[in-house]
Amino acid sequence: MPNRHRVVVITGPERYGCRWERGRTYMTDTQPGAPDIDEASLLHRLVVRFAGDSGDGMQLTGDRFTSVSASYGNDLSTFPDYPAEIRAPAGTVHGVSAFQVHISDHEITTPGDQPNVLVAMNPAALMADLGRLERGGTLIVNEDAFDERNLQKAGYATDPLGDGSLDTYRVIHVPMTSLTKEATASLGVKPRDAERSKNFFALGLVSWMYTRPIDPTLEWIETKFGTNELVAGANREAFLAGYNFGETTEAVGHRYEVRPAQLPGGEYTSVTGNTALAWGIVAAGQLAKLPVTLGSYPITPASDILHELSKHKQFGVRTVQAEDEIAAIGMALGAAFAGHLGVTATSGPGVALKSETTSLAVSVELPLLIVDIQRGGPSTGLPTKTEAADLNIAMYGRHSEAPLPIVAAYSPTHCFAAAIEAVRIAVKYRTPVILLSDGFLANGSEPWRLPDVDTLPDISVPFATAYNGTDSDGEDVFYPFQRDPETLARPWAIPGTRDLMHRIGGLEKADVTGNISYDSENHERMVKLRAAKVARIADDLPPIELVGDLDADVCVLGWGSTWAAIDAGVQRRRREGHKVAWVHLTHLSPLPNDLGDILRRFERVVVPELNMGQLCRIVRAEYLVDATAVTKMQGLPFTTAEIEAAIDTALDAVASNGGTPTTTTDNHGQGRP
Amino acid sequence: MSDTAVNVTSKKDWASDQEVRWCPGCGDYGILLAVQQLMPELGVAPENTVFISGIGCSSRFPYYMNTYGVHSIHGRAPAIATGVAIARPDLDVWVVTGDGDGLSIGGNHLIHALRRNVDLTILLFNNRIYGLTKGQYSPTSEIGKVTKSTPAGSIDPPFNPLSVALGAEASFVARTHDLDRKHMMETFRAAHDHRGAAFVEIFQNCNVFNDGQFTDIVRRQNRDEMLIELVHGEPIRFGADRQRGVSVGADGQLRIVDVAEVGEEAILVHDAERNDPSLAFALARLSNDDHSPTPFGIFRRVQRQEYASAIAAQLAQASERKGPGDLAALLRSNGTWNVTSTN
Repeated sequence: MPNRHRVVVITGPERYGCRWERGRTYMTDTQPGAPDIDEASLLHRLVVRFAGDSGDGMQLTGDRFTSVSASYGNDLSTFPDYPAEIRAPAGTVHGVSAFQVHISDHEITTPGDQPNVLVAMNPAALMADLGRLERGGTLIVNEDAFDERNLQKAGYATDPLGDGSLDTYRVIHVPMTSLTKEATASLGVKPRDAERSKNFFALGLVSWMYTRPIDPTLEWIETKFGTNELVAGANREAFLAGYNFGETTEAVGHRYEVRPAQLPGGEYTSVTGNTALAWGIVAAGQLAKLPVTLGSYPITPASDILHELSKHKQFGVRTVQAEDEIAAIGMALGAAFAGHLGVTATSGPGVALKSETTSLAVSVELPLLIVDIQRGGPSTGLPTKTEAADLNIAMYGRHSEAPLPIVAAYSPTHCFAAAIEAVRIAVKYRTPVILLSDGFLANGSEPWRLPDVDTLPDISVPFATAYNGTDSDGEDVFYPFQRDPETLARPWAIPGTRDLMHRIGGLEKADVTGNISYDSENHERMVKLRAAKVARIADDLPPIELVGDLDADVCVLGWGSTWAAIDAGVQRRRREGHKVAWVHLTHLSPLPNDLGDILRRFERVVVPELNMGQLCRIVRAEYLVDATAVTKMQGLPFTTAEIEAAIDTALDAVASNGGTPTTTTDNHGQGRP
Repeated sequence: MSDTAVNVTSKKDWASDQEVRWCPGCGDYGILLAVQQLMPELGVAPENTVFISGIGCSSRFPYYMNTYGVHSIHGRAPAIATGVAIARPDLDVWVVTGDGDGLSIGGNHLIHALRRNVDLTILLFNNRIYGLTKGQYSPTSEIGKVTKSTPAGSIDPPFNPLSVALGAEASFVARTHDLDRKHMMETFRAAHDHRGAAFVEIFQNCNVFNDGQFTDIVRRQNRDEMLIELVHGEPIRFGADRQRGVSVGADGQLRIVDVAEVGEEAILVHDAERNDPSLAFALARLSNDDHSPTPFGIFRRVQRQEYASAIAAQLAQASERKGPGDLAALLRSNGTWNVTSTN
């Protein structure tokens, strides 16, 4: 295989071990204490979607099902999908909150295209989510909620439970509300309060149907609600009632089991993207040997980073809930000037507000981490839904020439490593770095084989401590813009350091001395030096790792959270015998040095993005490759089927273009210009 | 302000090698001189001192100080300075701002820095005009002011900077003016020594775009009758023979009175350390123009928790309760499970 571009081709399942340290190459035994599965049929994978009112506790229910499945040993991926309103009017379709979880006995990356099971706590949930359920899938409905008023609020003219419209599904009618009330009556719980435990009834029922261990949930209820015995008791009884309902009622029928996945040995936890990102910031502070100061203003879906970091003051992490987005980044920049790791976390509207300070950080060349958890936009847009359309603002959203590095996380657990990588670049090159994540990664969770923290890299850099030049009188002086010849980074001299007092600011600085300079040639030199510093980071990146077939005609180019669906889609097409290549970018600015040469090898480059083709336009402009955008702007991640369809379209185009059939293994390179 | 060792410096140690580029005759020169002359007296070290400014004529100030400094973005100096102060409570952090920078584009940051009581010394140069952009009205310009952007006269009611600061719960509020170096130095020293956010309004003359705005009050021959000096614990009196004073009327309003008419015992005794800010507020609003007797000095100086030390206390408390940060333990804090490899 020609290797002049240092392409690392990874084809087997070991790609995880090599590339992303998720390492999933080893078989594992069934967990000790796993339920007896003689009576249960085995499933390889299962997608469950819990849907109900915003106040029905669906997020918590899904979260519990996920936790139990994680500790049981399944691989999994989750997709919380909730409205922007905290408590939208009860019973309405726009108030439906859902949690989708995909569990499996093998490696998976997506939360599943179509649920196999839909739990609908009311007519609105059924109306909102029935269309997602697979044909013939299992539908569990809380029939108590299907009264005239709720049907009307959901927009049903007739009761779908009685009009035959659900005949193509396997429908399990459960009077969850009344059964929950009955189960909790002996505790003395008021009926209205008892009703609030019905989500635990649903959880119990689904736990029985899919053979989930019950002890972890019972223990969790004790821990979580232990101080309020009445609530703990109601939830416990509701959960057990649901479980027993499955066991004793023929209506539920057969029981299924999803065995633990073949995960490599090690210690695992389950983590959301935002938590992993926050932990990555804590870790980066330790690895850079810098105290962390976070300035942040509440914004969905980034607030959890502020919440999480505020909990870890024992690491010396200082957090301030600033008066606005501008103050948040201002505080982070001030902290960076003073020698801390300055961080701010926000979403698109906040990135817009921070733009001027980001430009100042580019100009004064201080390290800064700007986290953008992307959401649907523009403006307030779809604040609780995912989108990845901030690449343009990250790349270009500043006045004048103000390039900066951009790092993008691609999975919930990768948020940890991505945060460390972003900080590594920021401190080494003394530059603001934008770290892109999105709502799908932020709230989604997956198992994470914990890294050995002792093996994480040292990313610390020394502060300047001494004079670095001599002036015209032969006096020792400190030049704040005297650059490191290798990295072009300027010295980071922090207040408190003797003799190195200096002033920085937004006015153009004279090369080397840093004094104010309006000199025209100096300005152009400084513009080019700042750009060259960022461009040079490309030399500091590992070679691109290409998944799949180097001799394919079609290459999928991805970034960010599309990773999950692309992974599933590419692997599926390759298993079917098609040749497909895939490059997933973590570094979007600067782009890797070898990207152009790699993309030019392929007849077709397909770029799936949750935007209108932002990366696609960049690679077309940079490399003059005829890349095609595959776009989606629905507040939802790509499904695997959509990626497969995009690959098929590209494969068909190649075939009809007279290209050799894509399933052969001929050397395609020969006839290529 | 935590410097305990006294540093011996001279005025020239505090001046940078940069040529000062304000207009000749600008009031800023006097303020710079007062600060540079004060610094050696404070016994602090240039390397432990940081000046942060925004944008405007006054915001060039840090370039002329041989300290650490940031000439930042229009209005954002208090936010950036807050970042410095919370990261490094060991530093002396000064903010230099103006009426446009601090009260218009940066009003939000100013009030929140004051509310949080961040350990900053904030000098607001108030010349009631936008100088650097060549003469537009500012948020402290009087109604009717004719400028390039208000040819028919300003219709915007002005802010009273001291009222804003007091309303924002500032723990230290003072006023001085650019013609009295001694008074400036005394005021700046008190502001520097205050633990928490100290706000000082400086009447500063812009001799190019708003010349003489404060002349009726601050010119030497006018001061006796027009400048009311506030001294903590002293009756508030002024005039060549201290014949006039401030008293609280039956309706609770402050009034300027003749001492002879009301009697000495009716004159308000200034109490800057009073916790209730209402008298300080009333004093700040005693004059609503620049042509009547106006109080100067320290309006308010009270102790309350300083922000960085509150942060530090929470960090210390967390370390005490949870032990020092342990990354491996953090990654396990959600609970873990083990997978045994069969290979």
